[in-house]
Amino acid sequence: MSAAAAGARGRPDTSRAPPTRARGPLPWLKANLFASAPNAVATLLLGAALVRVLPPVVRWLVTDAVYAPDYRACRALEYRAACWGFVTEKHRLILFGRYPYAEQWRPLAATLLVFVALLVTAHPRSWRRWLLPAWAVVLAAFLLLMGGGALGLSPVEAGLWGGLPLTVLLTLVGMSASIPIGLVLALGRRSRLPLFRAASSLYIEMIRGVPLITVLFVASFVFPLLLPQGLRLDVLARVALGITFFQAAYMAEVVRGGLQALPRGQYEAAASVGLTWWQTQRKVILPQALTLVIPSFVNSLLSTFMDTSLVTVVSMYDLTGALRLALGDPQWRHFFLEGYLFVAAVYFTCCLAMSRYSAWLEGRLGSWARRPGAVQA
Amino acid sequence: MSEPIIQFARVNKWFGRFHVLKDIDLQVGRGERIVVCGPSGSGKSTLIRCINRLEEHQEGRIVVDGVELTEEVRSVERVRREVGMVFQQFNLFPHLRVLDNVALAPVCVLKLSREEAEARANQQLARVRIGDQAAKYPGQLSGGQQQRVAIARALCLQPKIMLFDEPTSALDPEMVKEVLDVMLELANQGMTMVVVTHEMGFARSVADRVLFMDSGRIVEENPPSEFFANPRNERTRDFLAKVLPR
Repeated sequence: MSAAAAGARGRPDTSRAPPTRARGPLPWLKANLFASAPNAVATLLLGAALVRVLPPVVRWLVTDAVYAPDYRACRALEYRAACWGFVTEKHRLILFGRYPYAEQWRPLAATLLVFVALLVTAHPRSWRRWLLPAWAVVLAAFLLLMGGGALGLSPVEAGLWGGLPLTVLLTLVGMSASIPIGLVLALGRRSRLPLFRAASSLYIEMIRGVPLITVLFVASFVFPLLLPQGLRLDVLARVALGITFFQAAYMAEVVRGGLQALPRGQYEAAASVGLTWWQTQRKVILPQALTLVIPSFVNSLLSTFMDTSLVTVVSMYDLTGALRLALGDPQWRHFFLEGYLFVAAVYFTCCLAMSRYSAWLEGRLGSWARRPGAVQA
Repeated sequence: MSEPIIQFARVNKWFGRFHVLKDIDLQVGRGERIVVCGPSGSGKSTLIRCINRLEEHQEGRIVVDGVELTEEVRSVERVRREVGMVFQQFNLFPHLRVLDNVALAPVCVLKLSREEAEARANQQLARVRIGDQAAKYPGQLSGGQQQRVAIARALCLQPKIMLFDEPTSALDPEMVKEVLDVMLELANQGMTMVVVTHEMGFARSVADRVLFMDSGRIVEENPPSEFFANPRNERTRDFLAKVLPR
């Protein structure tokens, strides 16, 4: 139809298939490890280093290690190999903190429930209207399982919750509650209404000028003094609120970055077809801006996930804090390296899962953005 | 002549201290085709962007289809329903498929059902001869195709007036014609059009009147035969000497 196609029809077809690349292990080795002389030297040097370093590491970590919770066997190693017996012995304390031992199936069930809910939520196919009420139910079930006091579950006060469930709960509540607040703040900071704009800027700058640890102290010790007589919030709720309001300030700036990246023409086009301000934000601006900020959003998510370990300063024991509890046992306290390695592996697994997921999501949602000509500067 | 559909009365506008529109008086009748030309920075884009209040004027009156444009949001919304606009940079919504780009306003503004809106969008896409691309994203289309989608989007509220702000300036030369052809068809169907363009061929064959702007003023305003054959203003003659092929 087009002029280009008509022209092509007149000329002889000169197009060729692209040159084929050799496949198989040998061509791969040549292309990737021995492409040039310096490349080959680097490969050999790194290879030699690996050969020297890897076997002792594997011996220490795996083959010579003691896995049974046998204190004497561990001492006999004299640190020449890992004592996973410590983790075997204390894994329930590390994972669930001071939660009553006999009831620890409850935090396990609660955490698994949240993981399943997260898996379902992860796929854009589940982004429907039922998702929000479903999460309300999941959160209620989580709190019921953890807190008890109904359905024959014995009550467990929030101060005793700890370990992985606490880390997951604080991250989840902190992140998801900070998104709507951050959105409002971001829109506020770009608003035409001076009062709204000033209030948003003031809030963001104030919170960003204070470290999280201070916010936690305030939430834990100062905030109760400010509450009216008779009103009490338990420490967990106060800390969750603190993390939420702290995170909201950063979230606001993340979202603002995305808003800033959109050309003015998008607003004008929306206005020219008669969309109201809200419709413009909802249908045109935010879907693009939020897709653009997925990488920074995941940054915040990961750092919140790990920053929750600061709650130990207000005597709550998340995953890291619970490990310190476990190391309080004088018999095992020498095996802190193994303990930290274990906790690090848990953090690493979670963080890797989140960052791989975000990469996948970016590709799926942002496919329009990678096409040439889609984003006009 | 019946009541003009667009009226400017002594309109003035400033960007900061820069006086961009100076005492603009303009009347456009129903079904009239106006081409606005002039050197860059002369205020042509600002002029047509005042018609749907993408820009606010500071002095004077602008009345569009019987509604005066004021601070009042309702009057702006009413006018924008009656006025479609096509931009130099297309400004399509890159995250929406072509069909959804066009169907968005009917759903949001006219509160049509999804099916009705899509039916209407398909109709407009067919009108600009791009119905077969409805399921693609804007980034997958050529510039000329994108601009035609933008025209369909602007037509989807069935406006009485269409504004074009240099619709072909961002296009590769071989795509200019497909867009101009669509605009020509619209003109033949009796649409009221105000077009900022440097396509003098289009002005000659389509326009009822050509306006020439310089430094914020309309300095010449004539039917194309007169405008091209007999430019009165010196700056118009300069400009035409530069843009017309010799």
